[in-house]
Amino acid sequence: MAIDMSQSTGVGQSGGAGGSTAVKWFARGNIVSATVLGAGGWFFGHWWGNVIAGQYTSVQNSGTNDVSWLLGAIFATVAWFIGLGALNHPIAKLWGGEAPLPEKKEKYSIWEYFSYSTDHKVVGIQYLFAMLMYFFVAGLLALGIRTELLSPTYHIWGPDTYIEIVGEHGTMMMMMMTSVIMGPFGNFLVPLMIGSKKMAFPRLEAVSFWFTVPAFFFLLSALWQGGFQSGWTGYAPLSIQGGVGQDAYLFSFALMAMSMLAASTNMVATIINYRAPGMRWSRLSVLAWGMITTAFTMILSVPVLIDGLYVMGMDRAVQTSMLYGQHGGSPFLWENLFWFFGHPEVYLLALPGFAMTTEILPVFARKPIFAFKTSVAGMIGVATLSFFVWQHHLFNSGMNPDMRPLFMLSTELISIPTGFLYLVGMGTVWRGRLRFNVPMLFMLSVFFNFLWGGITGVYNSDVPVDALIHGSFFVMAHFHFTIMGQLMFAVFGAIYYYTPLFFGIKLSEKLGKIHFWTMFIFFNSTFLPLFIVGWLGQPRRVFEYAARLQTLNQWVSISAYGLGLSLAFFVVTFVWQLVVSRPKSEQNPWDSRGLEWLVGIPVPKDNFEQIPVVLSSPYEYGNPNAGPMADLAPSISSVGSDA
Amino acid sequence: MALKTQESGSPAAIARKHGIRIVGIWFVLSLITDLVVWFVWGPHMPPGTMTTSAAGQQFDFKVLTVMSVPVLFMVWVYGVYVIVKFRDRGDHEDGYYVKGNRKSQALWYAATAVLVLSLAGFGTYELVVPAGAGVGEGPSPIWKPANAKHILQVQVIAQQWRFTYRWPQFGGMETTSLVLPVNTEIQFNVTSLDVIHDFWAYQLGVKADANPEVNNVAYTKTQQTGRFVVRCDELCGIWHGAMYNYGNVVSQNAFYQWATSMQAKNASLTKLLPKYSTVYVPNDNVVGGQYFNG
Ligand SMILES: [Cu+2]
Repeated sequence: MAIDMSQSTGVGQSGGAGGSTAVKWFARGNIVSATVLGAGGWFFGHWWGNVIAGQYTSVQNSGTNDVSWLLGAIFATVAWFIGLGALNHPIAKLWGGEAPLPEKKEKYSIWEYFSYSTDHKVVGIQYLFAMLMYFFVAGLLALGIRTELLSPTYHIWGPDTYIEIVGEHGTMMMMMMTSVIMGPFGNFLVPLMIGSKKMAFPRLEAVSFWFTVPAFFFLLSALWQGGFQSGWTGYAPLSIQGGVGQDAYLFSFALMAMSMLAASTNMVATIINYRAPGMRWSRLSVLAWGMITTAFTMILSVPVLIDGLYVMGMDRAVQTSMLYGQHGGSPFLWENLFWFFGHPEVYLLALPGFAMTTEILPVFARKPIFAFKTSVAGMIGVATLSFFVWQHHLFNSGMNPDMRPLFMLSTELISIPTGFLYLVGMGTVWRGRLRFNVPMLFMLSVFFNFLWGGITGVYNSDVPVDALIHGSFFVMAHFHFTIMGQLMFAVFGAIYYYTPLFFGIKLSEKLGKIHFWTMFIFFNSTFLPLFIVGWLGQPRRVFEYAARLQTLNQWVSISAYGLGLSLAFFVVTFVWQLVVSRPKSEQNPWDSRGLEWLVGIPVPKDNFEQIPVVLSSPYEYGNPNAGPMADLAPSISSVGSDA
Repeated sequence: MALKTQESGSPAAIARKHGIRIVGIWFVLSLITDLVVWFVWGPHMPPGTMTTSAAGQQFDFKVLTVMSVPVLFMVWVYGVYVIVKFRDRGDHEDGYYVKGNRKSQALWYAATAVLVLSLAGFGTYELVVPAGAGVGEGPSPIWKPANAKHILQVQVIAQQWRFTYRWPQFGGMETTSLVLPVNTEIQFNVTSLDVIHDFWAYQLGVKADANPEVNNVAYTKTQQTGRFVVRCDELCGIWHGAMYNYGNVVSQNAFYQWATSMQAKNASLTKLLPKYSTVYVPNDNVVGGQYFNG
């Protein structure tokens, strides 16, 4: 076990040869220079695309030139990263010099959060606000959808605007959900939890975050470029038919995919290599287990998405014919590529949510995690099986009918490892001393909400029943329970739980409980009736529906407004407490044993003065013989003297 | 943080005491609810029983619901019990120190495995025996109705944004409405002229994607007359939400009259259509576009 005890000479530290740490933030590149250069890149790429592809027969009369759009976007992104200073280090290296990472600080000015920061705590906070931005913008779009569905025939939006909103909502949410735990909580907490001063690749960490910003704006830009009609699933040939809004879809999704690859590679490297002495796999926090499992799933599935998007881009821009017929392609290719990524994806949304829930539950149950190994096995089992189920999205497609029993079996098998997570949760609260603070309320609701999603997942996996509910609001309700009801409730619980570490403040319990109860009630009141709506025959993504379903739809829409108000309440109270009232948190406000809480609030700039020696599991609640989880000031003799 | 349990007795005795209560409440609630689901709610579940595949879907949905109810109640009853019984009593004590229990874990693994495998077995049976359960089986179906002699062939052609139907047994005529005879085996041949659509005849219990240049076959057998709705169930562009129409299952006589009169009325139009074929391919070389047989 060769663990480097002297990380202080690695990257992330000042004093490298030839480096000056006195470089001001504006000299390192920042969001202003990035935006200016990015805009320049866009115009250059766009112009160049018009020069080389303007005379393509397919372009001449169409009014759109996909080559120039995509080249514009590529140049804009590259220039954006140059403006951020991402290339300063490699260029300095080529010149034979050194460009050490800027020194970490106890407290940063607000501008540093808009720069290409390599401090994992800054990146975590950047991610948190960016992902919340994604979530709230996409949430507003959802209210646009529900407003249209107040009436079966009277239209607020035209059918084109409606379908654009649906696609934007879905794509933005799906992109956000992949990173909403790994980005903010993974980057901020994993080094603290494993006893490291930093992530393995700080520059890769910065890259992973800064991909999400252009991804957001390119995706949003589709709205004023005619949108994309294909929804987030992007089925060909519909996606080949669309205008440049479709290019925005595929390009922003690809940027997000790059971000996922960067973040997950970093996560795997960090968790394997940067664990402090004594941090055995059996003592690794369950959140870190969730992160590494998710990261492996991403590394294996995301390249397939990038491949599919590349193929789509080629079909659209240079008239290859891979995703539609007539010249040898097939729409089935996209369906397979997309879901080969897409199905692992929906589990890699669920896994971090469960990891977070299992992480926080023992703190408030005052008990160890029940059957820790089973919870890890459950996560690994879900991740592994997720690669063998993608055709259950295609039970009606007409491909491979003889494979259906197999995919039905593999899909239903996933209930077993998912069930492990319930076993762990239920065992953990057994004979505990449950403390119902706001984070605990959110974590308990995760089990309630996900139960609906899990049970209805069995309906979806059963081919004859799927014949009834496939493509209907039933499926839509199902995945909103598994993703929003599970993942987002875990995220909000985690925000309440970790704000003391992130910002040094402890959010009000009273306001938090108002937020929790309204969100919980309106969430269930929004999505439970949608099971019935779909079961009664309403397909997804329609702007007109049967008049007999109007009452249910109105109930759902009004509940959705309530959900929106509850989230608005969160935003207002969160920003108020963060900026104005700043209720100071005491040290370790939740009585947690976790290593991340032992370093103190605010978290020191290097996390640990010395690399700690880990002595026990973080979950030894109720063990009368348990000492602290780690020795933060170890002498040589304490290595190996673990309990 | 000293460990202090207010309850006395061995862990097993305590577990038995609470366990008996939880299981008792769970059993009573599950049993009552399941009886209501099976006998009261079940017969009225959508999509009804107009065809064999619709009836099959209704039955399967009912079975899955009956199996789900005990799972739901297990988590709910346990959750409520734990929340009420095992709260922090204000003394900020820690809970009972236990990190696992071989017996309860083994029971859990076995129970979920049995449940899941029996569900997969049930689903497979219900897919294979009723000739594919009304699901599109692609161009060469592997589960077919037993009596393949008397099957009414209906081709469903989807395009942005409407459905039309062709009838190979009636001169290859094309109609905009769908009328079907009762008590008849029906084979739907679903295809598309442009993007992916999905033919969802809700009350018929039939669902099949309409893929361009691919034939997707689905079977069902009508057993009641009545009106049904057809909706496109795969996002196909701007007017996807408006891509629906209605059909009727009528008596065999009424159907025959309708079909023969339509055949006569449409004869001049039928001559202009491409020859009946399972798939059609757009011909870009003709002004205005034209379809030929793929
Ligand atoms: Cu359609």
